[in-house]
Amino acid sequence: MTPTQETITFDEAVRFISTEADCLDHRDYAGWLDLWADDGIYVVPIDHDADDFAATLNYAYDDKAMRRMRVARLTSGESTSARDASTTLRSLSRFRLLGDESATELQIRCAQHLVEYRHDNFRTYAANVTYRLRRDSQGLRLVEKVVRLINSADALAGMSFLP
Amino acid sequence: MTTHDLDSLVLPDRVHASLYRDPDIFEEELDRIFNRCWVWVAHESQILKAGDFVTTHVGRQPVIVNRDRKGEIRVMVNRCRHRGATVCEARHGNAAGFVCPYHAWTYGQDGSLRGVPLPKGYKNFDKSDYGLVGLRVERYAGLIFATFNHDIEPLDSWLGRARPWIDLFMKQGGGFPVKTMGEHRFTFPGNWKIQLENTTDAYHFPIVHKSFLTSLDDATEDLFSFMDSGGYVEALGNGHSVMVMIPELVDLEENLDADIPERFAAIADDLRRDYPEQQVRRIVRAIGGSGFNLNLFPNLACSMAFFRVLRPLAVDKTEIRHIAIGMDGGPEIANRARLRLHEHFQGPMGFGTPDDAAVWERVQRGSAGTAEPAWIMLNRGEDKTAANAGDVTSETGMRAAYQMWKRMMTA
Repeated sequence: MTPTQETITFDEAVRFISTEADCLDHRDYAGWLDLWADDGIYVVPIDHDADDFAATLNYAYDDKAMRRMRVARLTSGESTSARDASTTLRSLSRFRLLGDESATELQIRCAQHLVEYRHDNFRTYAANVTYRLRRDSQGLRLVEKVVRLINSADALAGMSFLP
Repeated sequence: MTTHDLDSLVLPDRVHASLYRDPDIFEEELDRIFNRCWVWVAHESQILKAGDFVTTHVGRQPVIVNRDRKGEIRVMVNRCRHRGATVCEARHGNAAGFVCPYHAWTYGQDGSLRGVPLPKGYKNFDKSDYGLVGLRVERYAGLIFATFNHDIEPLDSWLGRARPWIDLFMKQGGGFPVKTMGEHRFTFPGNWKIQLENTTDAYHFPIVHKSFLTSLDDATEDLFSFMDSGGYVEALGNGHSVMVMIPELVDLEENLDADIPERFAAIADDLRRDYPEQQVRRIVRAIGGSGFNLNLFPNLACSMAFFRVLRPLAVDKTEIRHIAIGMDGGPEIANRARLRLHEHFQGPMGFGTPDDAAVWERVQRGSAGTAEPAWIMLNRGEDKTAANAGDVTSETGMRAAYQMWKRMMTA
């Protein structure tokens, strides 16, 4: 099928997701917020099998207001852990389209390997990440991002970054 | 460790930093405190049906907490009586029994040894001698405690004056039984007592949790700005204490006629379709939790709207669980609101927990060296007078916990 104005191609989606990752690693949080649709939800679940995130306890379940509050906290200088924030470097690979490239909303999954550095410590966070993207008049927008850390059920350390 | 040493390390108004860093003291703590106290292991709602179990720890010892087919709640050492393997590694589930993966020794829900493959070659082997080792178990208001110490006083008297506070805490069921709703688990590189102190430390709240307070709406920020709002700390005996931050939220069944806060107005409107007005108010008032932290020595706090459970992993490493609670059979909208409130503050991505963990880690780092004096000061609120009887920032609860610590370590 020939891509139309409304559809999102695989390559376009991968470029968009790479930009999102770059924003987070470089703490361009204002740029990150702009990537989201107004009704977008950012989720870091605890339970791998959960799909009704609203009815479940998560590490993060952020609508637009909560994302803005989260960014404010990370950048305000009021939070000890955020002032002393980790540096992160993430690699994304193993992209796979879930569903149909011709759809106007596209779902794509990838592997994320994130290295955190803080206080002489390197930590790695491996995750399956699922994105749902939609096109609006401004371009692509993030409708849902779900970060399933493979060790999400373990005891984690405080995160002063966004996975 | 001699009594004399501890006398010099734990004074009424201060403790020595070696309590955070001395591995010998840590080993003694596991033996003298965690193996001899009543230790909280689970909430009844986690094991409602016959066969339901959770696995957890008492000190270093892995244990299984389950409900057998007769409804009895048991806590059993999670260790096969043959060669010592754990017989269950799932964190929770439902099981008719437990089978050791090594040689398939098979245990019933009650821990009795039911079967041994190839039962030959043993001299005088009686299966009844080889059941899973049981701990003593008692309950109060849904809280399940266990102990290796068969001589300890009954749980009711151990909890003593903490019991009415537990009753008050459970009112956040809003007329429904309290149930657990998942948990955040995290570790921090520091001693467990740093966290034990923190649940009765209001003094840090406006400093460490400034970014949390900023994120709240004005009315809620006022509610959490409790430095001068009539709060107080009270020692309750046996190392337990209560810190009341928001006096008007001590009893959630009082003041039901008060105005519903703006942030809960939409939820109240929704609830009015299904519940009469008084019940709506009771539920709404319960959503935010209680206005106090109840610290139960040594490992549980009933902290405003959740259970805080600590587990010492090493002298400088501690695991903490923040267990979300809600209304069993209560309205979904109220329970979802509680989940979102829990996520807002708690856990490795919360607006509160990572900042707590960061400063606790700093305490451990600062306490690593041996430069003297190395006192951890607990003397706030010692000037208690009639005019200053109720300061929420007083370190009364910490002093009480350390006196209990000393009592157990020297018993």
